[in-house]
This record gives sequence, structure tokens and C-alpha cells, in this order.
Amino acid sequence: MHHEAPLYDLPLFGGLTMTFNLANVLMITIASVIVFLLAVISTRTLALRPAGMQNFIEWVMDFVKGIIKSNMDWKTGGRFHVLGITLIMYIFVSNMLGLPFSIVYDNHLWWKSPTADPAVTMTLAVMVVALTHYYAVRMKGISEYGKDFFRPMWFMLPLKLIEEFANTLTLGLRLYGNIYAGEILLSLLSASLAVGVGGHLAAILPTLAWQGFSLFVGSIQAFIFTMLTMVYISHKVSHDH
Amino acid sequence: MTTNSFVLGAGGGLNTGDIFFQLIMFIILLALLKKFAWAPLMGIMQERADLISSEIDAAEKSRTEANQLLEQTRAEAKSARLEAQNTIENAKKLAEEQKADILAAARAESERLKEMAKLEIAQERDKAMSTLREQVASLSVMIASKVIEKDLSEADQEKMINDYLIKEAGEER
Repeated sequence: MHHEAPLYDLPLFGGLTMTFNLANVLMITIASVIVFLLAVISTRTLALRPAGMQNFIEWVMDFVKGIIKSNMDWKTGGRFHVLGITLIMYIFVSNMLGLPFSIVYDNHLWWKSPTADPAVTMTLAVMVVALTHYYAVRMKGISEYGKDFFRPMWFMLPLKLIEEFANTLTLGLRLYGNIYAGEILLSLLSASLAVGVGGHLAAILPTLAWQGFSLFVGSIQAFIFTMLTMVYISHKVSHDH
Repeated sequence: MTTNSFVLGAGGGLNTGDIFFQLIMFIILLALLKKFAWAPLMGIMQERADLISSEIDAAEKSRTEANQLLEQTRAEAKSARLEAQNTIENAKKLAEEQKADILAAARAESERLKEMAKLEIAQERDKAMSTLREQVASLSVMIASKVIEKDLSEADQEKMINDYLIKEAGEER
């Protein structure tokens, strides 16, 4: 049931090595390419009267716009639109990738959701939190940004610092946990339950149900990640708290 | 190993390469999508929003214009109606006056004509009377002379009178 990750150590200068999980590299690339193709193909024939795929991509845009607008006014939030759409589409596609099947070659797990790896989701989470700090400094100034850690009272500072780490961790690990658990259960169903004819028959129904549920979970998680990104950004960027 | 796999997925070790790769890939994806997909799409959506708002403005403008035009037309129609009424009133008044004038003139004319006719008739009658008187006188004279010339029987006399009278009168005529 468990398979090794295809690790590769890239030797750097001074005896340091950089470890790549080649499966992750592959799946990140595939997810990125799918998102890119999806977006580019949808926006190839743009028209004032939208037709076909343009409708879909405009719906995605409006959806993300709605997420941003529920957190901050559009004048401030408009600049995060691109980030929001890219995040939601990338995470959604990543979550879906591991659903239909997984590929194991030579006892190495190659095909899976890239978001079923904590390194990947934590990277996205840290990137988002770093962006919130960056925009806070850029839009409010360094002193205003610093003062925010002492509001509403000075003794709130430890809580504020913990909050930053907690935000980052929950943002990344929530996504990872949901997707990884989904894949674990799928692989359990397909590898451990589906043994023999009876096992296969018994596995059909729960597998179908769990795949449907994972579809739902994957969509919800993409939405939550984007929503929380905007919540954190607005929390840092807005003046009135 | 199985327990470990539930704890940290790949099972131990921090894959710095994955972190690095994911970050780079996401930034590249963000940049590419912004250039090739989101920017044109946002452009067209903005264009549509502009178009709609300008269309709404234009519609609003044409609506006010139409209202103005309607008001104007209404006022014009009202004034035209008033004017027409005035004209009709004037014409009626004028016609009344003219009718009265014509009637008066006609009455006067007929009066005049009647007077003239009466006068003429009287004159004619007088003239005829005088002519008749003259004729009768001359005829009487003539008849008298004839009678004197011939002794006539009653019948002859009657015949003669008739002959002469008719003849004389016919010649006279």
C-alpha cells in the first residue's frame, strides 16, 4: 500500500544537497501546464459577447472577485485578483489530479496530487503569508505595519506573533491533510480492499462515493485556501481594526 | 515505515528542492497567466463594463431627450390648437360681419331696384296712358270723319269700326 517517493539529491556547493521529490516535480509541472492551457485556451477567442469557455473563465473571475469583495473593497483588493484566480485554479486542478488514478512505477508513487505533499502546500501557505506582510508594509508603511503588532494592546504582541505562525501552519496543513487523507483512503480502497473478485465488487461503491466526496473536498479546499488568503491579506492591509 | 507515511507523507526529510520548485513554478505560472490569460480577459471584461455603462448613459440621455421632445411637441400642439381655434373664431366673426354686410347691401340693392322698378312702371304706365290717350283721340277723330263721310248701316258700322280699329291698331303697333 505504501510506496516510496522518488527522491533525487541535487548536490549544491559546499557539500549541501537539495532534495527533490521527482513525483512532486512532475505533478507540479503537470498541474501548472494544465492550468496554463485551460486559461490560455479559454481566453484565445475573447469577445464582448462571451461564448463557450470564455463564460467559464469569466465565471471563475467573478467568483474570485466575489471572494475578494467579501473581504475588502475592490479598490484595495483589485490587485490581488490575479493571485486569487491563479491560486484557486492551481489548487483545484492539483486536488483533482490525484482523484481518478495514481501511478506507481517500480514501487515509486509518481502520479498523485501535488497538494498531497506538505512541502508543496506549506510553500504556498508561506508564500501567501509572506505576501500579506509584503503588501502590509508596502501599502501602510513600515511603522504602521509594526504598530499593528501592538494593537489593540501592547501585551497582545505574543499572541500576534503566534497568530502569524498559526495562520501559516493551518493554511498549509489544512489543504495537505484533506487531500492527503483523501488519497490515502482511495489507495486503501483500491489496493487493500480490492483483492479478489469479491473485494473488487465490494470496493466499487465506497470508492465511487469517496471519489465524489473528494471532488467536493478538493473544490471546497481550493475555495477555502483562496478565501483565507484574501482574509489574511485584508486583515493585514486594511486600516480599520 | 507505514506509520511514518501517515505522519509526513513522503516519510522523513525536508524536500527543499520541492519547496524551491513549487515556488518557482507558481511564480512562473502567475506571470505567464497574467500576461497571456488574465490581462486580456480583464481587458475585455473592463471593455464590456465600459460599454454597458456608456450604453446606459446613452439610453438615459436619449430618454431625457425624448421627454424633452415630447414636452415640446405637446406645447406646440397646444399652441397650434389655440391658434387654430382663434383663427376659426376670427373667421366666424368675419363671416358674420360679412354676412350682415352682404345682407344689408343686398337688402338696400333690392330696395333700390324695387323703387326703380316701381318708378319705371309708373313712368311706363304714364307713357302708355298718354300714348293711348293720343291714339284714342286720333282714332276717334278718324272714325268720326269716316262715319261722317259714309252713311252706314249698323252692321257696316260695326264692321268698319272693327276693320279700322284692328287695322289702325295693327299699323300703330
